Amino acid sequence: MKDADAGTVHREFVKGNEAICHGALAAGCRHYFGYPITPQNDIPEYMSTHMAAHGGVFLQAESEVATINMLLGAAAAGKRVMTSSSGPGISLMQEGISYMAGSELPAVIVNISRSGPGLGGIAPSQGDYFQAVKGGGHGGCRIPVLAPHSVQEMYELTMHAFELADRYRTPVMILGDAIIGQMKEPYTPGLCEPPGPIDKPWATTGCAGRPRQHVKSLYLKDDDIERHNWKLHEKLQRIEKAEVRAESYHLEDARIVLVAFGTAARVCKTAIQWARKEGIAAGMIRPVTLFPFPKTLVHETAGKADLLLVVEMNTGQMVEDVMISTSHHDKVRFMGKPCAMPTPDDILAEIRLLAGKTS
Amino acid sequence: MSGGGKQHFDKVVFKRPDSLVDVKTHFCPGCHHGIAHRIVAEAIDHFGMREKTVGVACVGCSVFLYDYIDVDVVEAPHGRAPAVATGVKRALPDHFVFTYQGDGDLAAIGTSEIIHAANRGENLTVIFVNNTTYGMTGGQMAPTTMLGQKTSTSPYGREFSNDGYPIKMAELLAQLEGVAFSARVATSSPAQIRKAKEAVKTAFDMQIRRMGLSVVEFLSTCPTNWGMKPLDARNRVLGEMIDYFPLGTFKERKQADFV
Amino acid sequence: MRDMDKTNTDVIFAGFGGQGILMVGNLLSIAAMEEGRQVTYFPAYGVEMRGGTANCTVVISDDEIGSPVVGHPRACVVMNAPSLEKYQSMMSPGGTLVVNSSLVEKGDVKRTDLSVLFVDANEIARGVGSLQLASMVALGAYAAKTGVVGIDTLCGCLPKVVSKKYEKFIPLNISALKEGASFA
Ligand SMILES: Cc1ncc(C[n+]2csc(CCOP(=O)(O)OP(=O)(O)O)c2C)c(N)n1
Ligand code: SF4
Repeated sequence: MKDADAGTVHREFVKGNEAICHGALAAGCRHYFGYPITPQNDIPEYMSTHMAAHGGVFLQAESEVATINMLLGAAAAGKRVMTSSSGPGISLMQEGISYMAGSELPAVIVNISRSGPGLGGIAPSQGDYFQAVKGGGHGGCRIPVLAPHSVQEMYELTMHAFELADRYRTPVMILGDAIIGQMKEPYTPGLCEPPGPIDKPWATTGCAGRPRQHVKSLYLKDDDIERHNWKLHEKLQRIEKAEVRAESYHLEDARIVLVAFGTAARVCKTAIQWARKEGIAAGMIRPVTLFPFPKTLVHETAGKADLLLVVEMNTGQMVEDVMISTSHHDKVRFMGKPCAMPTPDDILAEIRLLAGKTS
Repeated sequence: MSGGGKQHFDKVVFKRPDSLVDVKTHFCPGCHHGIAHRIVAEAIDHFGMREKTVGVACVGCSVFLYDYIDVDVVEAPHGRAPAVATGVKRALPDHFVFTYQGDGDLAAIGTSEIIHAANRGENLTVIFVNNTTYGMTGGQMAPTTMLGQKTSTSPYGREFSNDGYPIKMAELLAQLEGVAFSARVATSSPAQIRKAKEAVKTAFDMQIRRMGLSVVEFLSTCPTNWGMKPLDARNRVLGEMIDYFPLGTFKERKQADFV
Repeated sequence: MRDMDKTNTDVIFAGFGGQGILMVGNLLSIAAMEEGRQVTYFPAYGVEMRGGTANCTVVISDDEIGSPVVGHPRACVVMNAPSLEKYQSMMSPGGTLVVNSSLVEKGDVKRTDLSVLFVDANEIARGVGSLQLASMVALGAYAAKTGVVGIDTLCGCLPKVVSKKYEKFIPLNISALKEGASFA
């Protein structure tokens, strides 16, 4: 499709990492804390250059442990806050993320993920799916996870993340990867509305004119902690009901349905275009929210399609959520490539195989 | 000069230390990490401990220590080398254990580990390479970055009002009772390199004599991220860096006080 | 299935750091965007850059672009010998290979199924006014040979990639692009 609006709409050509910064600033984030790690250094570097001009605070912490706790503090003070990191740093943040989930503090945490485990490497990877989606922190902590697949979405979903964070009083994670962070492509700023200002009467801003209040996750008395857990659970259920997002790509008539997110989904789109040229009815479900997972869409689609092919840049993680979503386990296939981009040719070959074609 | 095989000489007056692997390093031109590596390897040879040494590599440009120094090496998470080394040393008390850490690694994310290893008086030797920046990740601000120094996360120059002051680790660690030896050296001239070798040997000796933790801070270069030619980088060490980070020995224990 | 249509294409620029590899990749991308196309640009990043090499991949299409990284590029612009060695075996048959013959031996091109253009980019750049312009010359040659974007668009987009400090060199860059183009 030729971009018909190209002449009239203002398009910027930036890295995905930079689009995240644009989204955060547009959403009113004025407090950024971070620590260097490849492949997300463009984010702290951009913030260090531009935050002051927006009247905000950029601070490089001495570690990710400190970073996430600075975030906790500024969020408790009622500010829109963000940090970004990659695997090793996100692991160090898990303690603080759990405390923030327990204390019901809004914040946006960006993971431009790389290969692991351990120091791993800087190659792109989707190996952090479980950590992000199943709650990397202790004590049953779970937070919404958004998975952008384009520079446009890096911008838009960052804004959306701030909105979700404030609305549900929860940390929200953006799960990108090295490809989507490092690549540049045109994007159109201003296509979606930034979240408006929101009242935070719970914030610890000094008790002038009101009784003192606390931001905390410790509940020792009676059955307070049980009640607190049920409350958090009820919140997650509301999120699951209202906040699922997924893209349906050529789903209407699809016999072979790919399920993929983020960068892997981009490659799948190319493979699907090629497959359709060969007369194979392929399509895709692309979860945009990884938690909450688009269970219903997956279940309904599994009922209609011949096969589901889950494609991930790891050895098989989201495929478990696909299995949980549907009882048609016999229809689910998996194709994984840990720590590298699958090529469209690889995926097309798999689609052909599943379609019983050997062209 | 012919590029052919190695020439034969009658008398060896200078050679690669046995503990230094004969490969090309990945360090940038003008980087002093390579000099520090050689000094460490020479000291290992000097004490004849190659086979009884365990090195602990940090995360930074020196993470490939295991490719260059011909001893067993454990890789630690970013900043945690002193804790990992503590584990190794407690398990193998008769072995020689050293860490090799950058300034982001030791003086930022790993401050807690180094302070407590030092305070426990662990019998470890710490080689600390201060190049006033995060080399591996592309030149961000480090705790050691000089006031006014431009880095990719202090694009307008480091200001104390936002980022505090460059931290003087050798002096700070010298305050702790558990530290047996703390010195700062540089490798920007032959005379400095000679002194650096002496300091590293003393530091190793402290561990062998079970005197406590020994640390040698190297003032190093990062021409790549400083945006300087190698010679200018060397001159920066000789000038503003030594002005702020004085060379010398800040502590040298003469006798163990806990035997 | 994969059309070799000249305007839906991908290209890898590769050479030494400091040759302006990332800048010409950016310029081509922005020119394609100006012409209303879909485009992605993907640079080498992190420690990959150590050792003084640089490369980037540009994909240009009329359709939504899937992968910004390509396994079998349809075009390569190689500015030094190591880059030729790395990329020639990966290229799609029939692809376009632009070689900086100032730094690469012509005999090192072993593939016979490619459309090869040798450009004495360093020499031409020196003639235009600065060795720094060699990649710009090569970009001009590539663009003219493939017709992927107009030379005028490239020239018009220069102010978007050249920093304020180097603005005065834009006319030289234009000459370099045009010299390269005349070569194709
Ligand atoms: C938990 C964690 N955070 C961040 C990083 C990214 N990282 C890799 S090396 C490095 C710092 C390197 O700087 P320094 O210690 O000064 O050593 P140099 O490279 O300058 O020798 C950082 C922040 C990481 N690997 N792990
Ligand atoms: S980036 Fe800096 S510290 Fe790292 S190898 Fe290069 S010069 Fe040395």
